[in-house]
Amino acid sequence: MYTDKVMEHFANPSNVGELPDANGIGEVGNAKCGDIMKMYLKIEGGIIQDVRFKTFGCGAAIATSSIATELIKGKPIEDALALSNKTVVKELGGLPDAKLHCSVLAEQAVKAAVSDYYKRQGIEPSLFVIAVKDGTSHEEHICCGEGGNCS
Amino acid sequence: MSKANKTVYLDNAATTKMSGAVLKAVMPYITESYGNPSSIYEMGQRNRRAITKAREQVAAALNCPPAEIYFTASGTESNNWALHNSRRVITSEFEHHAILHAVKGDVTLLPVYDNGIVKVEDLEKALEENPDTDLVTVMAVNNEIATIQPIAEIGALIADWNKKNAEAGRGQCLFHTDAVQAIGNIPIDVQAMNIDLLSISAHKLHGMKGVGALYVRKGVNLPPFILGGGQERGFRAGTENVAGIVGFGVAIEEAVRDIEKKNAELIKKRERIYNDVMKIKRVRLNGDLEKRLCGSLNFSFEGIEGEALLLQLNMKDIAASSGSACTSGSLEPSHVLLALGLPHEIAHGSLRISMSRNTTDEEIDYFLEHLPPIVEKLREMSPVWED
Repeated sequence: MYTDKVMEHFANPSNVGELPDANGIGEVGNAKCGDIMKMYLKIEGGIIQDVRFKTFGCGAAIATSSIATELIKGKPIEDALALSNKTVVKELGGLPDAKLHCSVLAEQAVKAAVSDYYKRQGIEPSLFVIAVKDGTSHEEHICCGEGGNCS
Repeated sequence: MSKANKTVYLDNAATTKMSGAVLKAVMPYITESYGNPSSIYEMGQRNRRAITKAREQVAAALNCPPAEIYFTASGTESNNWALHNSRRVITSEFEHHAILHAVKGDVTLLPVYDNGIVKVEDLEKALEENPDTDLVTVMAVNNEIATIQPIAEIGALIADWNKKNAEAGRGQCLFHTDAVQAIGNIPIDVQAMNIDLLSISAHKLHGMKGVGALYVRKGVNLPPFILGGGQERGFRAGTENVAGIVGFGVAIEEAVRDIEKKNAELIKKRERIYNDVMKIKRVRLNGDLEKRLCGSLNFSFEGIEGEALLLQLNMKDIAASSGSACTSGSLEPSHVLLALGLPHEIAHGSLRISMSRNTTDEEIDYFLEHLPPIVEKLREMSPVWED
């Protein structure tokens, strides 16, 4: 059901854990739907110097978190914000349809962490970050819209 | 710690390994004896006789006359057929989807409470509130949490209820049970238990996939399910799965033999697993500890998700399953665990362990060695877990 690449990232995920000196933290998803991603960023001079994640969820949720951290580490903020769920899926060699929402969650987790960074800098995030959904609210969560009935 | 270089298989509620005796019995029928049982020549008639023998074996296991056994292609088909003629049904919240997705008309769902067992009083009340009920269907053993339902008591209640129905000039209420998970694991006697309809499946008891049976008590008015060439006395058409049916006969005979002896072995293994797994922090057993199959357990681990747990176990060649519907592509956790009143986040992190007579102590050792570090690893990764 999963590609070798997904299984690689699931078995040995990159950048797992917390970042004590993170200056941008984002959390999306909710436990009711079965997946929560928390992303920790250390941003310096406009560059993602370090990144960690913690994920509660299925194999795909863990793999998308892992690859997303790899794709943004060492990159400018703009690149992190440009990370799309499609790229995440492509880099993993594909995801089952029912698991595509995990890639969206990974994209949203990065955006949520960058938004938090901007807020801490006293900058209005919406000036830079487009379409960060409030993933923590149950109604907004993507799993409810795609076949999963979370009510 | 070694494991015999093969999968540690702890998913016998999903399906089982075909037994050696079954394989031996079916071989002639998947090779040389390929005749159609409806044909008049010897190869056909030989296969007809083989089916007759299997029907006797299945009937003996359930304590009914062979004429009350109809072979089908699966437990699901048997369940669908049993529901086919009913319009006012009482069932439980945590039936298999082969019941819940197939039931028609007005349906009353009985609660199963946090121990996962239907209460006979609830059924009595539901019957009084719905006196026109024409079918009660309650599974003998739940497929996810393995709790045993009070089938004999339900059968007795419905038998009494039908006396009242007769006095009141109302139609009779039938009692169906999905015994797919029960047969071979607990004794089933359709006469003593007042069962009218009962579904079973061969591959759950070391037979072949693709064959099931429905017991239909004589006098029950159940219309044919599949129309065609008149097989199964006109009630279930289609050329018979001769090999599967022959294997079913052998498998069920083996499965109901020495149930108590087999269960005495299984319960020792189950207790070892239970005692060890419960040492893990914030874990709960789903379903009653006592009224359950001797070889099955279902746990929820706080802070982790079931599919991730299964994938990690699979990386160690351990085959188990989860109540998490994530594995089947849906994002909703198991309806069974939700029916027990578990919150979604706990229901997402469940693990079903189901053994069979093939399960060895070495397999249990191996599983118990690998489970705790896997749970710990996933919890370390989890943002919702705090020590």
